[in-house]
Amino acid sequence: MEYILIIISATLVNNIVLTRFLGLCPFLGVSNRFSNALGMCGAVAFVMTLATIVTYLINTYILVPLQIGYMQTVTYILVIASLVQMVEIILKKVSPALYQALGVFLPLITTNCTILGVAILVVQKEYNLIQSVVFAIANAAGFALALILFSSIREQLDLVDVPEGMRGVPIALVIAGLLSLAFMGFAGIVH
Amino acid sequence: MILTERSLKINPLQNFSKGFVKENPVFVLLLGLCPTLGVTTSAVNGLGMGLATTFVLVMSNTVVSLIKSLIPDKVRIPCFIVVIASFVTIVDLVMAAFAPALHAQLGLFIPLIVVNCIILGRAEAFASKNTLLSSAIDGLSMGLGFAFALTLLGGVRELLGVGALFGYKFISGDGILVFILAPGAFIALGYMIALINCLNKSE
Repeated sequence: MEYILIIISATLVNNIVLTRFLGLCPFLGVSNRFSNALGMCGAVAFVMTLATIVTYLINTYILVPLQIGYMQTVTYILVIASLVQMVEIILKKVSPALYQALGVFLPLITTNCTILGVAILVVQKEYNLIQSVVFAIANAAGFALALILFSSIREQLDLVDVPEGMRGVPIALVIAGLLSLAFMGFAGIVH
Repeated sequence: MILTERSLKINPLQNFSKGFVKENPVFVLLLGLCPTLGVTTSAVNGLGMGLATTFVLVMSNTVVSLIKSLIPDKVRIPCFIVVIASFVTIVDLVMAAFAPALHAQLGLFIPLIVVNCIILGRAEAFASKNTLLSSAIDGLSMGLGFAFALTLLGGVRELLGVGALFGYKFISGDGILVFILAPGAFIALGYMIALINCLNKSE
């Protein structure tokens, strides 16, 4: 039950993009085409789960025992950056097909604030390892949900006659606002 | 990148003023949108976040410009990130000590200054190629431009949402609550960028 609550809370109620405002760069950047959005979702899900596990272990077994919690930001960002590089190298060797699909999106992920954000949130919420993994996967699913909905709408936008000043980013932001409004309907399901 | 090539040969005053309008990081370059939307529920929060980012930007630009000849080209990005992360940690600790209320309001977005693309972007595109002084000025310009944009957006949202500005309430009644909540951030920023696009076109 506890895990179901975490999943509903992270994907719908506190959606990472539309309510928490994390990962907006990829949300606006790669949402032009549906296929790009799918690739980005896959890469984020993969790295987010891995990064959360690794940073959780580092926090529990290195930072907390040594009482150097203030090094959290520096450590986490370095770990995430090297993890992304490593995943890229391994994928290239082991699964060229997957690398083809996710490859271009991987370097972008280091500065994707969802990854660092989720790693820090897990510490703030004092989750254990399994809860953290569930939380990471649920947030990746929330990111995917928002991105897929948004990119599907944006593909339709090509056919619409938008007023000149609103073309491009402004209309995309207003649509994101309407999506966010729709997600507010879930507020109150879980605290 | 094109912007950088051009800004190599400009005078300090132009270098300083570019961040406010012509190359405003939020309204024109569309960088750093996460904190822009996340913390601007009021003008004060926007200003606080903007000044914290300005500090990190100036310091990281200065340090990167100082050590640019020492860093091997292949590992420059990780080096920049460590420099940035150190200053973010300083800001985080100082804010927690001296402005605990603001620190609590901004919350998660303070450590996330590390992954704000403006900072790494300026380190890579400007500070790693320019002298100490012009890098510091560039950081100050971009940072204050960012703070300006955040304060403006925060002010608009606060005004529409609760009828107040910098916490001072001068319109009685409730206001349009949605502008304080998440959807209002997207919609307000969307219309502000549209307005700026129109103004730029008509000039």
